[in-house]
Amino acid sequence: MIFEIIIYIFMGIGVFFNALAGVGLLRFPDVYTRLHAGTKCTTFGSIFVIGSVILIGLKNWWFENDLNGSVLAIHSIFALIAILLTNPVGAHAIARAAHRSGVMPALAVIDELEKKPVKKSTRRKKEVKKALNEEGGST
Amino acid sequence: MMEFFNEYLIVLIALLICVIMSILRVIFGPTVPDRVVGVDTINTIVIVCMVVFGAAYEEVIYIDVAIVYALLSFISTLFIAKYLEGGEF
Repeated sequence: MIFEIIIYIFMGIGVFFNALAGVGLLRFPDVYTRLHAGTKCTTFGSIFVIGSVILIGLKNWWFENDLNGSVLAIHSIFALIAILLTNPVGAHAIARAAHRSGVMPALAVIDELEKKPVKKSTRRKKEVKKALNEEGGST
Repeated sequence: MMEFFNEYLIVLIALLICVIMSILRVIFGPTVPDRVVGVDTINTIVIVCMVVFGAAYEEVIYIDVAIVYALLSFISTLFIAKYLEGGEF
């Protein structure tokens, strides 16, 4: 009984954090904050959802003597390991590609990686795009 | 095989709403990295959906599909990022 309550609580936490990822993707202003919402929240939520699936498999294995449950648990652990290894690496690659391709954060004043200030008149997105095109054309 | 309508379908519908919100970001994203972030989020949520689906109907084959989908979506994300960066492969 308490096992099922723990399973439902874990699944609720996981779905809540995945929903936060969707809301954050819609509401945040630029690429980097959207990446923050869309990657960390889904990683944390998928830990809890797949953890509850692992608990379902273990419950079937222990209390109902179902060997199919052990297979469910072990394969879910492998899926969880795959997500935990690949999701932060993909997020880092996207952030690096966004910075290299010239997308600035919203309301950015200084670019600390390139050691040069972002001009005050280029704070809005369209003006940032125009300025970056002019810089790319001149160099 | 359990019955068709069980309680895990509620979780699947909630995750489907998250996928729809990410699809809106893919459609309306102003820059290209925004769309890539949306696609990455959709991939992770689809993996979670597959695992919950496998638990709902007690079929292990869905979870194997989820593992392969995770690795392939990781590789595709890395290739898209490399293409945006403009480097050599």
